[in-house]
Amino acid sequence: MAAGLESPSIPVPEGASPGTPFAALHGLSKRFGGVQALDDVSLQLRAGEIRCLAGENGCGKSTLIKLLSGVLRPDAGRIEIDGDSHERLRPIQAIRLGIQVIYQDFALFPNLSVAENLTLPGLVEQRRFWVNRRSLRPAAAEALANLGVELPLDTTVGGLPVAGQQLVAIARALRQRARLLVLDEPTTALTHKEVEVLLGVLRRLREAGVAILFVSHKTREVLDLADSVSVLRNGRLVAGGAGSDFTPGSLAEALTGRSVGGLSPSPRADLQESDRAGPRIEVSDFSVPGGCSGIHLQVRAGEIVGLAGLLGAGRTALVQGLFGLNPQARGRVRVDGREVTPDSPEAAIGAGLAYVPEDRLSEGLFLNQSIERNIVVSTLRSLRGRWRMLKPAGVRSAAEAGVRQTGVRTQTVTQPVSTLSGGNQQKVLLARWLATGARVLILNRPTAGVDIGAREEIHARLRAFAADGLAILLISDELPELASLSHRVLVMHRGRVAVELEGNAVEEGNLALELDGLA
Amino acid sequence: MKPPGSWRHETVLAAVVVALMVGIGLVNPAFWTLANFFDLLKASVVTGILALGVLIVLISGGIDISFTAIAAFAMYVTCWISVSLGGEGSVLLGLLLAVGMGTGLGLINACFIGGLRLPTLIVTLGTAGVFHGFLLAFIGTEIINTLPPAYVRFSRWQGFRQTLSGGETIGLSVTVLALVAAAVIVGVLLRRTVLGRSIYALGGNPEAAHRIGIRVARVQFLIYGLVGGLAGLAGLIHAVMMRNANPSDLVGTELNVLAAAVLGGASIFGGRGSVAGTLLGVWLIVVLNNSLILLGVPSYWQRVWVGATIVVSTAISARRRSS
Repeated sequence: MAAGLESPSIPVPEGASPGTPFAALHGLSKRFGGVQALDDVSLQLRAGEIRCLAGENGCGKSTLIKLLSGVLRPDAGRIEIDGDSHERLRPIQAIRLGIQVIYQDFALFPNLSVAENLTLPGLVEQRRFWVNRRSLRPAAAEALANLGVELPLDTTVGGLPVAGQQLVAIARALRQRARLLVLDEPTTALTHKEVEVLLGVLRRLREAGVAILFVSHKTREVLDLADSVSVLRNGRLVAGGAGSDFTPGSLAEALTGRSVGGLSPSPRADLQESDRAGPRIEVSDFSVPGGCSGIHLQVRAGEIVGLAGLLGAGRTALVQGLFGLNPQARGRVRVDGREVTPDSPEAAIGAGLAYVPEDRLSEGLFLNQSIERNIVVSTLRSLRGRWRMLKPAGVRSAAEAGVRQTGVRTQTVTQPVSTLSGGNQQKVLLARWLATGARVLILNRPTAGVDIGAREEIHARLRAFAADGLAILLISDELPELASLSHRVLVMHRGRVAVELEGNAVEEGNLALELDGLA
Repeated sequence: MKPPGSWRHETVLAAVVVALMVGIGLVNPAFWTLANFFDLLKASVVTGILALGVLIVLISGGIDISFTAIAAFAMYVTCWISVSLGGEGSVLLGLLLAVGMGTGLGLINACFIGGLRLPTLIVTLGTAGVFHGFLLAFIGTEIINTLPPAYVRFSRWQGFRQTLSGGETIGLSVTVLALVAAAVIVGVLLRRTVLGRSIYALGGNPEAAHRIGIRVARVQFLIYGLVGGLAGLAGLIHAVMMRNANPSDLVGTELNVLAAAVLGGASIFGGRGSVAGTLLGVWLIVVLNNSLILLGVPSYWQRVWVGATIVVSTAISARRRSS
């Protein structure tokens, strides 16, 4: 998809000479109800400079972006663009001034073709009346060629993989004569290889004189890319400077406001010899049509096995098949030596499997329901008392036990899950599955969109669960996470296990090498 | 050969319609007569115009329940005014009046939907009751049986007139032109204008539509105004065809019209649908209704058949989409 990255010509926006300030934010503040989302924030964005805005979830990053793009109006402060001061920008005005935001959801139209997604904004902006859809194709093709990427023009965007959609969003932004490109957590859904492609595109845009605001909480990317860094915490700018002024440790400290004990991952717990007895889960010749085929794997009690691979390698299809979410899955699955037929989630849960899905918001949690209800939902049967009615006291104590076990930070178990941070929501999901007495825990990208502090905590919990005898199968795109947690890593490619790394070979550099070798 | 799964919805639907027509023709040769086709086309006009309006709303991600009430309102008030004025009456004036009144009522919907950002289903469910109730309570409940002479002449106006061997004269009602005109206008709007593509964009991702600078409220005013106007047009044509104005007509058929649009491939979740598909959907329902009469199926059973067709065809298209 990203072939020929070498010599694309990116149109240099008018009036962009590197180093000149494009936008300056002066003392922006914004309040939502009782929450001060943004408090007196000032920063400068220069042409040809990549500024990283780093901050954990809920620090006010999204609010800042919405002020900059005119979606929200600030309570106080002003935005200066090219020397002109604005107290409030309207969305269309921000676009005309050259401010383009790539949101996490890309703000694309899934039902329209790639070509139309690329060209419709321009037509709307120019207030055109007629549209000749065939004549849009050359312009769309040019927009993609400028980025050095190739995508099918007539495919509907909803049919593209995530990385492709993101490239469409960026190409669209550039077509709009973007002078400032704002990217909101752009790497969350991308694999390692795709991230590299993206960072390459951004560096070339910098050369072309575009100002870039790269919003991320991943210290590695920030330090890799940034000319300058601003750190936002609880709505305030707490640190800033040139990218070279920061080390992973100092950046992490600025992000969380506490020392994270260095960024070096804590060493893997060694497997006890006694745990090496028999496999907790043994999968042989397992296939999911269109997903994966001929998979053999075992996970022993106390062992964490990582699943690495590119997007579409079949990892999700495999674990969904194991959890009974795909009736077409075929193969032998044994849990503690007992044969199981995972033809439904109920059967899988009965056999001792638990699955924490990738998208906890849409697949995992009942967001508007209380923490308590979210935790006990998988174990309602065992909480019934006389007349098969639920016992409120039993429900409460089960929920509270789950909260304690996973370290959910909350005052009460009755508040809705939607009020929790991403990390704490993930812990609620973990609590739900631990309550089922699961023996095999399958996790799909458990820390995607979770900030560093909570991530470390989730990692610690996972290690503890494994030490208690759980077998854990972990899908992740974060190589440091895979390297620090896994005893073994299976690298999947095109539906098969391509490589297995074990022991000391489970290391970030090796994983990156293996994954790059596949692309 | 492309695999069947990749065929366009319209192609599949057209194949179903043709198969159905061939089948009916084999059972009852009376189906394949010019007279019957003229009847079928005439019977498609009102449902067709209404369905085109519904199509626009569905593509934009909304839903409209009030268009039949708007149609009844515009129809009855226009006829009432025309009769009160006395004289010959003018069809053109009547059409302008009905379309204008429909547009006005549609804009009332738009005020709540585009202005106050209320959910479309709730708003139109409410205004449907308000419009129809207002009509019956304050304007009249009696059927107007004598329409102005110009209306009656218009209803008899036919093209392609010919006399059959039996001495019977048949022709194609000129009202079919109204459906053709509406289809062309809606088709050009949806496919060839930025506004039309903005309606698709709005249905595909409303938040993104706002972000690329589409003035969502303005687009919604246009959508609901247009739907109202089309409903007014359909209403008056209904009265002309029936040669009377019954304030209780049309209301209650909104689900049939919605079904025709959905059958034609419009998604109730927004962002999808085409004029060709909608017309095929309308045609399928009209043919089915008509041929069941020709086949001697009792009228209660007709409802069962039409209902079953809608469920089955929607299920098939849902499966095709998910695979």
